[in-house]
Amino acid sequence: MRDARGNRRQPIGLRLWLSGGWLLILACAAIFAPLIAPQDPLAQDLFSGRLPPFWESGTEPGFWLGTDSLGRDVLSRMLYGARLALIVALVAGTLTCIIGASLGLIAGYYRGWPDRIISRFVDIWMAFPPVLFAILLIAVIGTGLTSIILAIVIIDWTRFARVIRAEAMGQGAMDYVASAQVAGRTRFGTMLTEILPNVLPTIVALLTLEMGIAVIVEAILSFVNLSISTDAPTWGGMISEGRTSVHQAWWVLVFPLITLFLTVLSFSQLGEGLKDRFDPVLR
Amino acid sequence: MALLRSFLMRLISTAITLFGVAVIVFVVIRVVPGNPIAMMLPPGATDADIARLQAQYGFDKSIFQQFLIWLGDVVQGDFGTSISLRQPVSELVLNRLPATLELSIMALTIAVLLGGAMALLGTRYRGTKAEGAVDIGAGMALSIPDFLWGLVLILLFGVLWPIFNISGRISPALNIDFSTNFYLFEAILRLRFDVIGDLLGHMLMPALALAIPLAAIIAQLLKQSLKETMHLDYVTLARTRGYSEHSVIIHEALPNAVLPTLTLVGVQFTFLIGGTVIIERLFSYEGLGNMAIDAVINRDLPLIQGIVILFALLFTLVNLVVDMLYVVLNPRLRHA
Repeated sequence: MRDARGNRRQPIGLRLWLSGGWLLILACAAIFAPLIAPQDPLAQDLFSGRLPPFWESGTEPGFWLGTDSLGRDVLSRMLYGARLALIVALVAGTLTCIIGASLGLIAGYYRGWPDRIISRFVDIWMAFPPVLFAILLIAVIGTGLTSIILAIVIIDWTRFARVIRAEAMGQGAMDYVASAQVAGRTRFGTMLTEILPNVLPTIVALLTLEMGIAVIVEAILSFVNLSISTDAPTWGGMISEGRTSVHQAWWVLVFPLITLFLTVLSFSQLGEGLKDRFDPVLR
Repeated sequence: MALLRSFLMRLISTAITLFGVAVIVFVVIRVVPGNPIAMMLPPGATDADIARLQAQYGFDKSIFQQFLIWLGDVVQGDFGTSISLRQPVSELVLNRLPATLELSIMALTIAVLLGGAMALLGTRYRGTKAEGAVDIGAGMALSIPDFLWGLVLILLFGVLWPIFNISGRISPALNIDFSTNFYLFEAILRLRFDVIGDLLGHMLMPALALAIPLAAIIAQLLKQSLKETMHLDYVTLARTRGYSEHSVIIHEALPNAVLPTLTLVGVQFTFLIGGTVIIERLFSYEGLGNMAIDAVINRDLPLIQGIVILFALLFTLVNLVVDMLYVVLNPRLRHA
């Protein structure tokens, strides 16, 4: 398929199904983790440390994907880790979206001094390395689920603000907005009923992307041991442990890494797919 | 004249941004935590230590006065003394900066070469399977952040097929007496090829992890603008004159398609530098970012603020240079 400019268009159906399917499986794993996890994710057993996954020799039944150096079950920890990852993705992603998109909408449609103030803040925010900023915030406000979510919202609102500002500016210059004004709509009403629905596809696409980013940020924070408590099952924490023992027990790194990889890929592909599907020009 | 004024405006804007950065850093480090002195103290500090620190940072004064004193010190490059390493922060930070700069520039070079090659390939063979492969490859590369690429590279080339070093900056045996901290640059000047090889062997994996997402962005954008240029009349003219497709792309289309990519590469380069924080940690590379994470873990606030401000300065400078380059290179803006 080719569009007017001769660009190749990718089929969107398969991409949406695959990424949506993986995220659905993950959500089920997170919700039913206590029912399906074969072991207690916190239970340590130093005598069964670094057991390999089930297809290798020297395994024990019940530890399907092996154990880490403390004898904790890799599969069970991954299932419980999905809970934290998805909660952070949903809550932090949605909050970031609401705050960032609102500011972007106001800056792009009202222009003038609200735009100048918001854009200046965006400029200042762009001068900080995001990962360092996140780590610094966590160090200052303390670890824990609320802190992680707060840090992600504080750091990433600019991503929405920048894009939505540009989109709202483009929409604001269109004739249909002018005619809504002539018809006697208030500025605020026009923004909500005319501009917002037209930038909504972009917001939805950015939101799914942001969920993937939130998962990564949480993994990075737990990788440097600044997420929730240190022995709680997190993908980043498992990856951190797996990185140090990668030559002795590759499975501790590989399985959480594959899960994280597929999850982040799915969120971004879902975002791209939804954008194509909702974009009235491409449709 | 117009050029000068536009430079001046950008300089003022940069200054305002940097001032904002200073305010935010001050607020995060000094105002938000309940008792900054308690956070700065190592475990087991005495009352005398507390009193000394309180006097040193002037916590008895108003917050506004504190800010002015702090800002005055920062502007003069005085970030205080590191709590965990007991050395001046400015010294520590400047010693580590070369390592991070070398890694970032190496990553940028790889990204430009890789992304450029993908874009040219996709343009030369447009409409074929090769272009589809470039599109899908770039889409994948873009969806996965540097942190994950780093882990994948560690598994592939550190464990599965261990041909590269995945830890450190240089092999201890080859650590010749460097007189600067620009190891790679110095090794090249001194023609120590064994050292150059070792440094590159250490640097390649972290640099590649940083480069892959940026290469994908360059590939997508440059291919898009090349494609738009290929429809222009002057390109068709060159083609009718009998130039080969290769030379039409490289000599006619490329120079005109590069400009939009350049601005984007500038912004993305700052993201790449930001990525060094976690990538250096992942590869135990002795740079600024790795030091920053240690500083956070040790609650070494003077060191953290020094590193954050240095990064912010670096980011704004890169953006300023790119903005100015864009004005200089774009003939339409030059005469505006």
